[in-house]
Amino acid sequence: MLYYIIRRCIAAVLMLVVISIVTFGIFYGGPTDPARLTCGKNCTPASIAANRHALGLDKPVPVQYANFMKGLVSARTFPDDPAFAKANPDKVTHCPAPCLGYSPLETKLVTDIVKERLPVTLSISLGAFVIWIVLGVGLGIIAALKRGRWQDRGIVAVSLVFYSFPAFFIALLMYNYLSTQWQLLPPPNYVSVFQDPVGWFSGLLLPWFSLAALFAAGYVRLTRAYMLETMSEDYLRTARAKGLNERTIIFKHTLRAALTPIVTVAGLDLGGLFAGAAITETVFNFQGLGRAVVTSVQVFDLPVIVALVLVAAFFIVMANLVVDVLYGVIDPRVRLA
Amino acid sequence: MSSDTLAVRDTLPADAGQPFLEVKDLHVHFPTDDGLVKAVDGLDFTLARGQTIGIVGESGSGKSVASLAILGLHRRSKARLSGQILLDGEDLLTVSDQRIRSLRGNQMAMVFQDPLSALHPYYTIGNQIVEAYRIHNSVSKDVARKRAIEMLDRVGIPNPNHRVDQYPHEFSGGMRQRAMIAMALVNDPKLLIADEPTTALDVTIQAQILDLMKDLQKEFGSAIIIITHDLGVVANVADDIIVMYGGKCVEKGSVDEVFYTPQHPYTWGLLASMPRLDKVRSDRLDPIPGNPPSLINLPSGCAFNPRCAHRSEVEGDLCRTQVPDLLEVRPGQSARCHIDAARRTDLYAEISGQKQIPVQDQSSGQKT
Repeated sequence: MLYYIIRRCIAAVLMLVVISIVTFGIFYGGPTDPARLTCGKNCTPASIAANRHALGLDKPVPVQYANFMKGLVSARTFPDDPAFAKANPDKVTHCPAPCLGYSPLETKLVTDIVKERLPVTLSISLGAFVIWIVLGVGLGIIAALKRGRWQDRGIVAVSLVFYSFPAFFIALLMYNYLSTQWQLLPPPNYVSVFQDPVGWFSGLLLPWFSLAALFAAGYVRLTRAYMLETMSEDYLRTARAKGLNERTIIFKHTLRAALTPIVTVAGLDLGGLFAGAAITETVFNFQGLGRAVVTSVQVFDLPVIVALVLVAAFFIVMANLVVDVLYGVIDPRVRLA
Repeated sequence: MSSDTLAVRDTLPADAGQPFLEVKDLHVHFPTDDGLVKAVDGLDFTLARGQTIGIVGESGSGKSVASLAILGLHRRSKARLSGQILLDGEDLLTVSDQRIRSLRGNQMAMVFQDPLSALHPYYTIGNQIVEAYRIHNSVSKDVARKRAIEMLDRVGIPNPNHRVDQYPHEFSGGMRQRAMIAMALVNDPKLLIADEPTTALDVTIQAQILDLMKDLQKEFGSAIIIITHDLGVVANVADDIIVMYGGKCVEKGSVDEVFYTPQHPYTWGLLASMPRLDKVRSDRLDPIPGNPPSLINLPSGCAFNPRCAHRSEVEGDLCRTQVPDLLEVRPGQSARCHIDAARRTDLYAEISGQKQIPVQDQSSGQKT
């Protein structure tokens, strides 16, 4: 089991390195000119040149990449020019490790941007995750147990409706009706959980439900399908022959077997969400990572885009790793692989 | 054989000679969209403790369905059961769900055909045996674990302390089946039903498992029902045989009687279709022509009549119009056939004297 985990960790690290190279290559080695793009609206050739120097873009791409990777473990300065630093110490920006770059458009270190926005995204994602797992898996189990009866048909029909709507549509509908008109849910607003836990909770209820609605619908169908598949297995008949009651058979035997694919999908979905629930954050105007990605693409803020892509990749690779390990914990047959 | 059973009987309580299990007129019907499937259509047998009965038949003859009915494993919403199943005097078809759950795994247990799919892949063998034990006995996990190791040892699994924490996929086929038997016997059940326990195993392991079951029967005094399509297995372990066809019992009797003086054309066919190692190898095997009947549309009259080579022995169209009754041929042996009993004995003597039935008679499957 330990070897299994170690092997997966090594694979994850290698994957991240490859992704970072590819991403860097696409953005900094590609046809776009980061200096031009990060220049802003009023661009003169002089300011472009200055930008290029400040961002270290006049160096060859592999060197830039090496500097970036070095910056992850040690501090960097922008511009990376000792002569300039001595001459104009106040125009130099210090970037402590881990340094993800510097955004001239926002005049902020990217690391700070990520630090500000990550809690928002995490709050939305984790809360919605809990709701959609409880709702989705719970309703899926009920639908599987009552297969063919009205509960099953009802649950499947409702989930199909929710599944068919685009995310922003559900979000807007809920915002309008549940919050503004009928006032069933408090208005969406983000405050840090450390400052105001109650406010944090109530302000996030609406985004949680709107994000969860979409995923829950999918998970209902998924859970129902896997439960039905597992329910026809022979080992359940053995369990009944031993004299077990139905509840133990459903929760201990059937669910555990049906859980493996659900855990896999849930882990990947959550990992993807940590990279930013772009639509939900935009509709409710939450300053999370997803919103940052959207705005940075709109203004071509390359350092931010690159850093956010790498952050997203990191979360997804980590999610894959966790899911792989969990799979080995749940299904002992996998550990031999 | 008889001295062994006598020895067992001496150690059992006074009512040992009484039938422990009595199945009376059992019907198991499944209403489906295509029609009513009469999987078991009138089955009777009795079984005493320390005795083994073999239920033999082709796939689709209703043998597994009957055993699942005894354990109460059919969903009442999907199956219609009627008749009586008396276990130690208690009718299992009328008791509450809770009562039958307390009996399952406890007084009566079942060993299934394919141990790899019958054991939960995610839990250790020890865990599953402990679970079987703790459902019916409130003991601590340690006590249950010791019991599990003890059972694994009894069924002949080497190094049980280590094996108890292993998963089913880490066992070989024969050991898995032994573990299943250990799990079934952990609560000392009085009735053990083995549904094709050796079909998934190779022949040498098969012999070991059958020996194990016989030893355990001597030790525990349990009644065993062994369901199989393999006559060799039955000859090895069973005291009595029931031959099933089309949901009905067509022949019943002790193993010696049925094997040496079979009374039903289907049994003749089964015995003849076995490949023999001790006889001169003939050119072809002797299968019974045709296919097992559909349980929705059973042939009218005797279910075996389309495949029977001896219809001409019966006057008129009786085989096709009337279902024969199960009639006693001699005490303890009965058969369900219209052909006169004495004539049957002669017929079988003729058939068994021949090494090979001529080819023309086999090809059409019609009257010869």
